[in-house]
Amino acid sequence: MLNRTVVLWLAVGWVGYAVLPWYALDDGFWGFGWIASYLGDTEHSPGLVSGLTGERPWLAPVALFLLMPLAVLRRPKMDPLFSTVLLAAGGFGLAYVLGQGFTVGLSGWRWDFLEGWFGATDLQQFGMGYGALLVCAALLFLLSQGIAARGAVNGDVFVVGSIALIVALVATFIFFPMTQILISAFQDLDGNFAPERFGEKLVSADLWGVACLTSSVRCGIAWNSLVLAILVGVSTAVMGLAFALAVTRTRIRGKKLLRVLTILPIITPPFVIALAIILLFGRSGAASTFLEWAFGIPPSRWIYGLFGTWLSQMLAFTPIAFLVLIGVVEGVSPAMEEASQTLRAKSWRTFMTVSLPLMRPGLANAFLVGFIESLADFGNPMVLGGDFEVLSTSIFFSIVGSQNDMGRAAVLGIVLLAFTLSAFYAQRRWLGRKSYTTVTGKGDAGIHPELPKGLVRLIYGTTVPWAVFTFVIYAMIMFGGFVKLWGYDHSFTLQHYIDAFDVSWGQHGIVWAGAAWNSFSTTLIISAIAAPLTAGVGLLTAYLLVRQRFRGRDTFEFGTMLSFAIPGTVIGVSYILAFNVPPIELTGTGAILVICFVFRNMPVGVRAGIASMSQIDQSLDESSLTLGASSFTTLRRVVLPLLRPAIVAALVFSFVRAVTAISAVIFLVSARYDMATSYIIGRVENGDYGLAIAYSSVLIVVMVVVILGVQVAVGERKLGRRGTIKPAGAPAMEVGIA
Amino acid sequence: MTLKGKAASVEFRNVTKAFGPVVAVRDLTFTIEAGELITFLGPSGCGKTTTLRMIAGLELATSGQIFIGGDEVTRLPATDRDVAMVFQSYALFPHMTVAENVAYGLTVGGGPKAEARARAREGLHLVGLDGFEERMPSELSGGQQQRVAVARALVLEPQVLLFDEPLSNLDAKLRRRMREEIRDLQRSLGLTAVYVTHDQSEALAVSDRIVVMRNAAIAQVGSPQDLYERPVDGFVADFIGDANLVEAEVVRVEGEEAVVRIGGIETRRPGRSVAPGPAKVAIRPEALKLSEGREPGSIEGTVTRAVYLGSHLEYVVECVLGELFVIDHAMESPIPQGATVAIRLARRGVNLVPGRDSEAQAATQGIQTEPA
Ligand SMILES: Nc1ncnc2c1ncn2[C@@H]1O[C@H](COP(=O)(O)OP(=O)(O)OP(=O)(O)O)[C@@H](O)[C@H]1O
Ligand SMILES: [Mg+2]
Repeated sequence: MLNRTVVLWLAVGWVGYAVLPWYALDDGFWGFGWIASYLGDTEHSPGLVSGLTGERPWLAPVALFLLMPLAVLRRPKMDPLFSTVLLAAGGFGLAYVLGQGFTVGLSGWRWDFLEGWFGATDLQQFGMGYGALLVCAALLFLLSQGIAARGAVNGDVFVVGSIALIVALVATFIFFPMTQILISAFQDLDGNFAPERFGEKLVSADLWGVACLTSSVRCGIAWNSLVLAILVGVSTAVMGLAFALAVTRTRIRGKKLLRVLTILPIITPPFVIALAIILLFGRSGAASTFLEWAFGIPPSRWIYGLFGTWLSQMLAFTPIAFLVLIGVVEGVSPAMEEASQTLRAKSWRTFMTVSLPLMRPGLANAFLVGFIESLADFGNPMVLGGDFEVLSTSIFFSIVGSQNDMGRAAVLGIVLLAFTLSAFYAQRRWLGRKSYTTVTGKGDAGIHPELPKGLVRLIYGTTVPWAVFTFVIYAMIMFGGFVKLWGYDHSFTLQHYIDAFDVSWGQHGIVWAGAAWNSFSTTLIISAIAAPLTAGVGLLTAYLLVRQRFRGRDTFEFGTMLSFAIPGTVIGVSYILAFNVPPIELTGTGAILVICFVFRNMPVGVRAGIASMSQIDQSLDESSLTLGASSFTTLRRVVLPLLRPAIVAALVFSFVRAVTAISAVIFLVSARYDMATSYIIGRVENGDYGLAIAYSSVLIVVMVVVILGVQVAVGERKLGRRGTIKPAGAPAMEVGIA
Repeated sequence: MTLKGKAASVEFRNVTKAFGPVVAVRDLTFTIEAGELITFLGPSGCGKTTTLRMIAGLELATSGQIFIGGDEVTRLPATDRDVAMVFQSYALFPHMTVAENVAYGLTVGGGPKAEARARAREGLHLVGLDGFEERMPSELSGGQQQRVAVARALVLEPQVLLFDEPLSNLDAKLRRRMREEIRDLQRSLGLTAVYVTHDQSEALAVSDRIVVMRNAAIAQVGSPQDLYERPVDGFVADFIGDANLVEAEVVRVEGEEAVVRIGGIETRRPGRSVAPGPAKVAIRPEALKLSEGREPGSIEGTVTRAVYLGSHLEYVVECVLGELFVIDHAMESPIPQGATVAIRLARRGVNLVPGRDSEAQAATQGIQTEPA
């Protein structure tokens, strides 16, 4: 009996090797220009042809690895020879294909020492294309079939293949770029190995100087980042707690409205708040103008710097802290507080000695989330930082500015990464598990006792003005686009919207004349492509984590969640470093944006999947298996239908996050593939606030429409009156970093 | 009725299953004949579910071999085994109707839709659920869900049908009825069935044979009657039928019989190759006959507790043998608490058992004594 799966992947491999062009050239992933020049042009020939004609002889041996499995096609799975041959073909084949890719580059040897060994060469090859991609996929899955045949994960080919796929993807698109950034940190400007330069940069005064304490010299960038992050962490945790208490423990009105506040940070591009703050407090801002008119205070640039950045980050991240804390506050059992009161503790004492300590893990969690968010944030310090430089912005300016110093960017990235990873590690180590188990569903009887009067006053005193302020900020965003020239001419105009989104009828139909259409449509298309991929990869990973037992599961989990803690700027730099040259040449394409979104947002899908999949009884999968369904069929017909709400949530979140992302994107956009956020930032840098704010408000409205539309369209399928399982609900909003 | 089982035998040869350092099943060897209903019985954590899951292919054995219908399946995953399982939680797919649930195994096999539907209806008929096809599982009572789960397994005509504590979520009355229905179906379809429970009366009621497990290994295999009347050790005697384990002495052996001194009186019992000397005796609670007052040739005791249970009376009697648990079906003359009684032994229900009782007791109390 033929082994159908092996046949399938062998066929895929041979199509890739013998039919499709091995290299990817200029047209990008979706370009099919190669078809025209397929036969004439040797650069477009398949690997097999290049190899045999002697054009690129090192591609010929690949055939060997694609021939080997033919020998065992008819062998049973149990046969040790079957697994040995597949392991060898897949493993060595993959190693060989990757090895040749990293050895021969665009212009000869990729590594100088090879030239020393083999002499100079005029060999050259380009980035891998369809052909190489299919061959790699085929070899990977042949390898995983070999592993499965050895009995891993009960010999389940689908599961082993999925694990192999995820590992390969994460390795290629997260770990490989990270190693590139490490390597480049140890290189000097010419690419030579220079460890002393690394140490020099790492400890430089630029980063760690403390002169600002004693003189007017500026302090190190690392200190700036840390101080800002700690301030933001503490203040968002406190504000988040105040809001959480206000919503759950007081009779404040407009609680629904407060809940709405929580979706704002997801749909607001991170720098928009900063933009609104400029419109308020900038030199020609509304508040500044009023102050000058009323009190004769001359407008200045005081808002640019630590204070302004802190203010805008606080506005942006307080809702996230609120989300983290509301679960915690609701999870504190009233029974405890009641017990304390029956022991004659006054309400202040109860709050200070019982309630607050019970919330401590949640508070620490909120602090860490705010801390990481602030460190990773790029948009707000970019717009409002002024002279106050933080790591994420310095990384950007090291690359795009006159410095153009990749090594410096890499070192800054490593420092930033060290900060966020430490916080991420701390969060998982101390708190990760606790915060999941707060709400049990088993209703604790009892009502929360009243908060002490003074505290209630304090809560009102902070939350109400803050909510009003947030409201004003969003009002600025919504209406700012209708004002002619902010600070000078406040007459109503639609000009900014027309500039951005003008549509007219030309000779050949609709003309998208507005300046924003290009980036707007690119953004929507790229995000729409990325969303299902993100959800797919994320949910598949979640399925493997929740439902399968395999060796190295913990490492696997850590690896897949890691990208959560990698700041976008670091990702951006590392992608440029890793994917600018063969074997994987992606910069300037739309694909690199899609890939960046998929792997940055993948943890969102993973968490959504884990949360809802753990609510689905494992015996459902098992009974499907014993009824003769394969694990793939089980996933498709039993698990996925029950996961529908989680799938929708993952789709929406990844779409929205892709639309609003800026930090990594700004490194990866190109003239052809410009994204909305980077376009807006560009406008802001040119001082064109009107168009920027008009565009931002359109983005926000589009996001709201998407979210509401999806919610209405999907609804929830009834599982019957006594649902034995709860339909896995949309997970609490995911907390991610810019 | 066209549904029938393709009953096959199941054989375990030296099967061991370890989860990391925990050995869930140790060196298990047994055979289940085709068409037989066999029950795995034992205290919590003794490895029943693990054994069942190894038959299903949901766990793969760490070592040893498993055969179904004479073919080795040791490394075959669940999907590829011709085995169906009824889960404790029923595991009905909540997003499919009853009919879709029952037809699931047939459709994933790639069979034609219409035939699957017809077979599903037949299966539902078999379990008495005609007309429930279009309901969602959540719109059924617990007993009905149970039946759907059984029907879903039956329509595949599996070689082996597995039940993991299928009745534990039902109330006592329904439990009794369902276990009889399952037994009738199994008999009429000639299925090989493996049934896990920790309810000994359920096991005695439905099984052709019972496997009593203890500490990841088999304590005894036999028909219900075998186990009840000829337990191999104190653990089995105690686990099946709450026997009183008491110290005794074998005075001498006379052919097939042994003369045993229990609490000062001598009695003859079937003695299977015992040697004279100290011994253990398992006494069924029904095998102790009480009468008020003192009588020569009997053991004297005091009733420390008397409980009236409608169909019978339960006593705890304090005597030289220690505390004895007694069941008395003679309802006419209840004995008051505190009374002095004469205890005599019935002909049946008093058995010599081999020693090893410390281990047995540990196991009955659920304490895992992990042998080194
Ligand atoms: N997945 C697992 N990982 C680790 N240990 C396990 C696992 N499954 C079972 N065990 C252990 O194996 C032993 C046997 O478990 P098993 O479920 O077979 O018991 P059981 O006889 O069915 O008990 P119960 O009557 O309580 O259901 C137990 O000690 C259990 O803790
Ligand atoms: Mg069990």
